[in-house]
Amino acid sequence: MIRFLLNRVMGMVVVLFLVCLFTFVIFFVLSPDPAVQICGKNCTPEVIDQLRANLGLDQPFWSQFWTFVSGLFVGRTYGSGPNAIDCAAPCLGYSFQTSQPVFDMIAQRLPVSATVAIGAAILWLLAGVSAGLVSAVREGRFADRFITGLTLTGMSIPNYVLGLSLQFLLVVTLGWLPFPQAVPFSEDPVQWFSNYLMPWIVLAVGASAVYTRLTRANVIETLQENYVRTARAKGLSPGLVWRRHALRPALTPIVTIFGMDFAGLLGGALITETVFGLNGIGKMAADSITKNDQPVIMGVTLLAAFFVVIGNMVVDLLYTAIDPRVRVGSAA
Amino acid sequence: MTFTSTDLEVEGAAAGGETAGDPAPSSPPASGRRLVRAFLHDRAALACSVYILLIILMALAAPLLVKLSGWGPLEFDQSAVDPNLGGLPLGTAGGVSAEHWFGVEPGNGRDIFARIVYGARVSMTIALLATVLTSVLGVVFGLLAGYFGGRVDMVISRVMEFLMAFPALIFMIAVLSALPAENRQFLLVGVISFFGWPYLARIIRGQTMSLKEREFVESAKASGATSIQIIFKEILPNLSSTIIVMTTLAVPGYVGTEAGLSFLGVGVVPPTPSWGQMIASSVPWYAVDPAYFLFPGAFLFLLVLSFTVLGDRVKKIAESGEGRA
Repeated sequence: MIRFLLNRVMGMVVVLFLVCLFTFVIFFVLSPDPAVQICGKNCTPEVIDQLRANLGLDQPFWSQFWTFVSGLFVGRTYGSGPNAIDCAAPCLGYSFQTSQPVFDMIAQRLPVSATVAIGAAILWLLAGVSAGLVSAVREGRFADRFITGLTLTGMSIPNYVLGLSLQFLLVVTLGWLPFPQAVPFSEDPVQWFSNYLMPWIVLAVGASAVYTRLTRANVIETLQENYVRTARAKGLSPGLVWRRHALRPALTPIVTIFGMDFAGLLGGALITETVFGLNGIGKMAADSITKNDQPVIMGVTLLAAFFVVIGNMVVDLLYTAIDPRVRVGSAA
Repeated sequence: MTFTSTDLEVEGAAAGGETAGDPAPSSPPASGRRLVRAFLHDRAALACSVYILLIILMALAAPLLVKLSGWGPLEFDQSAVDPNLGGLPLGTAGGVSAEHWFGVEPGNGRDIFARIVYGARVSMTIALLATVLTSVLGVVFGLLAGYFGGRVDMVISRVMEFLMAFPALIFMIAVLSALPAENRQFLLVGVISFFGWPYLARIIRGQTMSLKEREFVESAKASGATSIQIIFKEILPNLSSTIIVMTTLAVPGYVGTEAGLSFLGVGVVPPTPSWGQMIASSVPWYAVDPAYFLFPGAFLFLLVLSFTVLGDRVKKIAESGEGRA
């Protein structure tokens, strides 16, 4: 078990390092000189040189990369002498646009993205798994075909199309929901809730369609297994067969994709946050793309990769806990 | 004899249940004729194919259609918008009229029909090219990893794991925002395929690994066939239905990804129209001019839906034909 864990952690570090390197190469090789960008219109070559030196852009690639990576762990210092700026340990650099530390910007917006992700995840798990169960139980009947049709529609509607349609319908035409306004939960819980309601629904629609299909397929497959037949043959009541023998193996794969989906969302729901004007990590990333704010884009990419990799690992660990077959496999 | 897809599905499931563990020589292989016949009796699949064909035709005949409607995708028509209302289109439903069939863009009065037609060109080209490239990459790497195993497999599998662990959307955006704007269409195809191929390759790899143990591969080896010959003549033909199913299922994803990237402003560069980009530019107007959002939104949704349903049906037909052997 410890060896397995060590292996996973090593793999994780390697993936994160590669993500870092990859992103860094792309910005280093491809993008226009940030010093020129920061400097603006009235700029002299001396100022540009000064900026380059401060940002460390005059260094060769590997030394820049090393400074960036070590900045993540021990912090780094921009410039030298009296004008030096210290950037403490998880240092992701400073935004070219706002001059704020990227880490603080992310930390500020993480709660919004987390709220979006958690609410949506609860919705899609409930809706997806229950619809999938209904579909499997009524396989081939009307309810099953109806749900299957719904899932195909849900999978197909792009989330910004759904988001804008919902907003038009519920807010503009019907007036059931107030216009989104940035308020903290403590001030106006109702407004807060209605701000998040549509993003939750929009994210949940696509995901629950996938979960419905997965649940349906798994349950139907499990019900054909020999051990379920045995359980039925020995006279167990249908409820017990379901609870003890069918549901657990059928729902285990859900854990896998749930972990990945949820982790992916924590790194920011780019499109949904943009459509609904929620000030989360996704919107920040989308905004910094148009402004070509590289440190922010890099910070978000790294963070998203971090969540995905951690999510993967947690899923693997959970899997060994839930599914006895995997445990046996790893012991053998 | 008439059977719908659901009959087929039940039949397939029943066959799978009864003959599990037995390669089921009784269930016929997915012959081309059977596939086509099942397909023709499936109204949903037929409707979806018709819509997709229409869009493809529309994309191909874009210059002709635009000549017919009278307005090009880049022509401004200031007479169709009301400058006193901030450039809102004149007339009902976003300016739908005999002259502008789908109305005009608010602000500059470009014809929406022409932009939809030309947008179909862009969206379809990117989605189809990405599908072709992903399939080629996925099949080649999947075959290599599955057939040769050992070190080749290890390297390819690690690369696949790495790519699948990557936050693809954010990374695509980062790459596209850093790259210059020329040839965006081809960059989009490249970036989408780069992150897309592992999903196909993983499945091809698994199937190749089991296929290469079969007798016909052994006999080919015994009669002196080279690895290349075995891969392309013996194994690849057996993977065709998997490839068809996986590719059909992947297309809607690529249509959606292209539209999403264009929506976020890193896709197709204006003034070239694409559906996602049209939807993005309709956002500030959606409350006062919903038609501007509705047309591209509906076209995009229906296209993705058609591909999804089609992929779903093709998968079911192929599965029932194989009897889940």
